[in-house]
Amino acid sequence: MTSTLTISGLTKRFGEVAALSGVSLSVAPGERVALLGHNGAGKSTLMKIILGLIPATAGEVTICDAAPGSPAARRAVAYLPENAAFHPALTGLEQIRHYLALRGEDQSQAMPLLEKVGLGQAARRRIGTYSKGMRQRVGLAQALIGHPRLLVLDEPTSGLDPISRREFYALLDALAAQGASILLSSHALTEVEARTDRIVILSRGRLVAEGSLPDLRRRADLPVTLHVTARNGYAPDIARALPGAILVDGALHLTCAQGDKLETLGRIAGLGEKVADLEVLPPSLEDLYSHFSQGTAQ
Amino acid sequence: MIRILSTARTEFRIALRNRWVAIALILMAVFSLVLSLAGSAPTGGLGVDRLSVTVASLTSLSVYLIPLLALLMSFDAIAGETERGTLPLLLAYPIARWEILAGKLLAHLAILTLAVLLGHGLAAGVALAKDNTSLAGLPALFRLSWSSVLLGATFLGAGYALSALSRRPSGAAGLAIGLWLGLVVLYDLALLSAIVADNGGWFTTDAFPIALLANPADAFRLFNLTASGAAAAAAGVGGAADAIPLWQSLASVLLWPLAALALAAAAFRKVTP
Repeated sequence: MTSTLTISGLTKRFGEVAALSGVSLSVAPGERVALLGHNGAGKSTLMKIILGLIPATAGEVTICDAAPGSPAARRAVAYLPENAAFHPALTGLEQIRHYLALRGEDQSQAMPLLEKVGLGQAARRRIGTYSKGMRQRVGLAQALIGHPRLLVLDEPTSGLDPISRREFYALLDALAAQGASILLSSHALTEVEARTDRIVILSRGRLVAEGSLPDLRRRADLPVTLHVTARNGYAPDIARALPGAILVDGALHLTCAQGDKLETLGRIAGLGEKVADLEVLPPSLEDLYSHFSQGTAQ
Repeated sequence: MIRILSTARTEFRIALRNRWVAIALILMAVFSLVLSLAGSAPTGGLGVDRLSVTVASLTSLSVYLIPLLALLMSFDAIAGETERGTLPLLLAYPIARWEILAGKLLAHLAILTLAVLLGHGLAAGVALAKDNTSLAGLPALFRLSWSSVLLGATFLGAGYALSALSRRPSGAAGLAIGLWLGLVVLYDLALLSAIVADNGGWFTTDAFPIALLANPADAFRLFNLTASGAAAAAAGVGGAADAIPLWQSLASVLLWPLAALALAAAAFRKVTP
């Protein structure tokens, strides 16, 4: 299976400033990849190069065997810009019909597309009257046009409420199941955590970490947090058995290294009846993200 | 072709909602009516029909109005997309930059053509109603109509080029007004004062005709006045019409739209979203 998107040794300089240095990445068909990074880490620059909007200084990018910005690549790629904007004088329906025509698709698909993103009622109203979330849905509707092989989504869920976000990711899952590759950037790490196959962390234009979430956890080797709830009165007993535990609101909080996790769990299990409940909290994506992005900062 | 037509349809719709269509139509209709109703005084003395006189007045009007309308419609074309943030998405679509420009041009040119046809139609109607020899002036009116559309295309192209060069609509608007003032108003004043200062020397005989042909607005006026033989009815710089052969002003009228649109395409190609 060949990749939809292949990037190798990509470097982009703006004068003296290196926005991207030596980034290599590939995205397979049906794969959902999240691009994480601080503001200015190079996410948007990377996306613009993939779309062919700006040229790379060095390195190579291929999209379905075509160069970025070539007609073949543009047909294969759908884009949702950060803060999707449209002409305020057009209605949602007119705007989508225009985008369908630009992709050579049947314009009668416009209404079904708008209904798919929940804009059926507002389709005939001008975009100037839409809220930010509604404009974002128009952006999403245009990204669904045709059968894009690669979707490049810049902060796609900003401005959407939690329910809409869930619907949005359900749409993405359906597209990925049909073989579309998805590259998205997001600041909402918790939603990325559950909804993507692979995570790529950019920091100061360099790719500092790449892999699935469990993969990154293993590599970061950050401590695991355990919350132990004691049965009435047994809290001091448990605290004695687990050195380093701190009593917070009736529960004992302790942390241990990844490698000691099973041994610690064994000791807790050995306490038997004294333990009412146990929760294991792996390091969150926020923890992993700051771990990896600080690695290059130093 | 579908992409160009869809862009044109969308742009026309936007112009309709932004009232540009109404503004262009009303302006042309009102000015044409005023000129054709009021411009009757010199008819008898010159021995030409009423419509030909109206055409001479309409020529002078069009030199000011058509470039202004064209620049007003075009200054926002690219700078507006940049400011609204719609350009990156549009350029990610499988549409070439020249196709975007062609679509916008088609829509804006259609609006200008409608305005010209309405204005000239009204003028012809008034002239024919009052003077039945006015039929003689119809070829001149037809010539004025198509050359007005070409003049519009020139200034639309110039407007797109300015719009691509300046990153903001406000900057593009300033440049557009500057261009209009420069080419349509100040250029002639500068030429006239140069002629006065030159007092019949090299500038008047050699440089002046070239300077007139180099300005699309002057070339348009020359072409229409020379072709209709109405130079006698014209004042100012238009009085030079006899001195310059028709084919030269025709060439300028035909070539300027191509040059301006090529300039626009080149400027748009340099825009990075």
